[in-house]
Amino acid sequence: MKKLLTTCIIAIILYACGNQSETKDSTNASDESKETTETTESGNPSYDPKRGEGKFENVELPASLDVTMAQSGKQIYEVKCASCHKLTDERLVGPGWKGVSNKHKPEWIMNFITNPDAMIDKDPELQAQLEICLVRMPNQSLGDDDARHLVEFMRQNDGVK
Amino acid sequence: MKPVQCTLAAFALAILFGGMNACKPKSAGTAVSSNAAEKVYVPPGKYDEFYNFVSGGFSGQLAVYGLPSGRLLRVIPVFSVDPEKGWGYSEETKPMLNTSHGFVPWDDLHHVNMSQTNGEIDGRWVFVNGNNTPRLARVDLTTFRTAEILELPNSGGNHSSPFITENTEYVVAGTRFSVPPDNANGDVPINTYKQNFKGNVTFVSVNKESGNMDIAFQIETPGVNFDLSHAGKGPSHGWFFFSCYNTEQANTLLEVNASKNDKDFIMAVNWKKAEEYIKAGKGKKVPVKYVHNKFNEETHTATTETLKEVTVLDSRELEGLCYFIPCPKSPHGCDVDPTGEYIVGSGKLAALIPVFSFTKMLKAIEDKAFEGDYGKIPVIKYEAALYGEVQKPGLGPLHTEFDGRGNAITSMFVSSELVKWNIKDLKVLDRVPTYYSTGHLMIPGGDSRKPDGKYVVAYNKITKDRYLPTGPELSQSAQLFDISGDKMQLILDYPTIGEPHYAQAVRAEKIKDNSRKIFKIEENKHPYAAKGEKETKVVREGNKVHVYMTAIRSHLTPDNVEGIRMGDEVYFHVTNLEQDWDVPHGFAIKGANNGELLIMPGETTTLKWTPDRTGIFPFYCTDFCSALHQEMTGYLRVSPAGSKVPLSFSTGTNMPASDTATGK
Repeated sequence: MKKLLTTCIIAIILYACGNQSETKDSTNASDESKETTETTESGNPSYDPKRGEGKFENVELPASLDVTMAQSGKQIYEVKCASCHKLTDERLVGPGWKGVSNKHKPEWIMNFITNPDAMIDKDPELQAQLEICLVRMPNQSLGDDDARHLVEFMRQNDGVK
Repeated sequence: MKPVQCTLAAFALAILFGGMNACKPKSAGTAVSSNAAEKVYVPPGKYDEFYNFVSGGFSGQLAVYGLPSGRLLRVIPVFSVDPEKGWGYSEETKPMLNTSHGFVPWDDLHHVNMSQTNGEIDGRWVFVNGNNTPRLARVDLTTFRTAEILELPNSGGNHSSPFITENTEYVVAGTRFSVPPDNANGDVPINTYKQNFKGNVTFVSVNKESGNMDIAFQIETPGVNFDLSHAGKGPSHGWFFFSCYNTEQANTLLEVNASKNDKDFIMAVNWKKAEEYIKAGKGKKVPVKYVHNKFNEETHTATTETLKEVTVLDSRELEGLCYFIPCPKSPHGCDVDPTGEYIVGSGKLAALIPVFSFTKMLKAIEDKAFEGDYGKIPVIKYEAALYGEVQKPGLGPLHTEFDGRGNAITSMFVSSELVKWNIKDLKVLDRVPTYYSTGHLMIPGGDSRKPDGKYVVAYNKITKDRYLPTGPELSQSAQLFDISGDKMQLILDYPTIGEPHYAQAVRAEKIKDNSRKIFKIEENKHPYAAKGEKETKVVREGNKVHVYMTAIRSHLTPDNVEGIRMGDEVYFHVTNLEQDWDVPHGFAIKGANNGELLIMPGETTTLKWTPDRTGIFPFYCTDFCSALHQEMTGYLRVSPAGSKVPLSFSTGTNMPASDTATGK
């Protein structure tokens, strides 16, 4: 009888306490799951691996090189990119730039270099690259024109005249 | 379960809970209401409602808290060196701590006032005072860094400072210790205070665009101790009010000798009149020496300028400039309500709180309702300026802030409580205990024209048993109260750095979107910047060696340096090439009699290092930056004086001879 009584009391207390903390936990959990869903949602099939994600849609490139733009791109490269990227195909911190303008559409390159964090999270090729390099490409705070000029410099590097 | 058992169980439960209630401690902890946690809980990843800037007292720094969570967001170094941030250690920041006494590594930061536009906090700058070696500093709220430090001549200790006018026209500084003026012979017997010691209040103008401070004029007064001050606002804009004690002019055992007079003063200064006198050429140019240090965000470098003159107005000769209002028993806080009509003097030894009326004060001046003069400055009759007295408010009133709903809240040091009273009828409405011995208190915007009366924070002088014991020294304690209802409710305790004096708070929206994320590398005008690895180099100029170094995730360039010799002074000028938020790099080298560098994205910062022995010295990035942070390192070789080892530097190319030979 005594035992039963004690069990009864403990059970009631546990039940009461358990209930309270459960309610609180579930509120938190639902908040979290909401956030997680949002993230996964945007990292899903709507991502276009050809274009990447960012403000650039269809970038038209002239057949021949814009030398002024390429020159400006070279200057930006030296300040903001050269620490990690060589102009050959050799990897330094990140991959070398040789051939990059043939491999990717200009809008993909421009989106990636102006919006690296979002794209590293979603782009299959960038995720594979991250496993090799282990350093996320930093956001180097490039303007729209900077990005376009860099593409022109990459084209020059790939032999466009 | 049998019915009888269940009844028994219920009975037992009743006893259990009843017992719990009975055991409830009647100590300080119970002053907390049940929904307190809800009111201060800011979920992970969410922002606080207010930025709270709290003086770091004898730490010399400024702390930034979030309210209502009480989370410490940042400590901004101001008057004291901070090796963690390189403040006072890097070549660029050393000039910030220069004074006419040389490099001063510490001060006592007491009070905090945020810039205002039309009497409202505008979120641009925070002004703070250095109490020991009299100085004023301005912190820029885009960078959260100290932008400027101005020394104050003719001052013995800058206490009644840095209070500002409602459009930040001026920030003031009144000397706590009267001393002989700087250009007088100060080598006099201390007991000649009455003849030789002078009081002084300084009006420092603030540039509307840049925020730059300049001493506009000083007002010399009889020798007294200026304690605190506040500007008039609205109708009283154009006036400034300073509390002062030691009108006895004691020079020893002030505890007794400066507490004799039944009333000391609040000094009312007509600063518009002062401007007229300055324009009319009534100021005396006085030779002094003081320094002005400014931090330039383009060169990321501070410079010191030594200045040699101030303009001084004589309060005893210039009519209508200053008036004394008698105020009981060594007034401390001197606070002006949001309407600008009421001036509250808190006599720290008084058993009442006098409230003066600005309108009555003007009338008294017009009617010459004076009881005499003090050092040739007219003393207004107490009753002629008095609106009324709060009777029996508590013991040891120190400071008053306003809730914007017609009420004032005053901190009581001796009786350890906050007391809320109505400004119009002077009736006490509520009182709550504080743990323990409140000094200052703060309502967001509580000394402006637009208080945001949701919370009041009490900054307590004594902590005792509020937190886990940490030896003889305890952190200070702040307490947050919800004041949105009729009754003040304690909702949070949190520790603070140093000894907090005044504080200010403003809604996060006023600041957060202007907060800077990076410095643009293109705009870096540091003379030793390396904008890109192409510009890295090592240059010898006699025994000075300049290393132009870059940092980016995750390597330093150059990371191999040879040809340094004993007797050299090496300057590492490190440019952080990152252009992303929250990616500072650090820099440290073995054996440096110095702090570290913490370099913000796009910034260049310099560490001076003098080798004390030959050998190999590793250097590395101190601020975890990427998965390869541990690899962000380098070596520097030191050879004997006169060594023939050529100066060389590189990254990634200095391979072993065998590797080179085999073409690896």
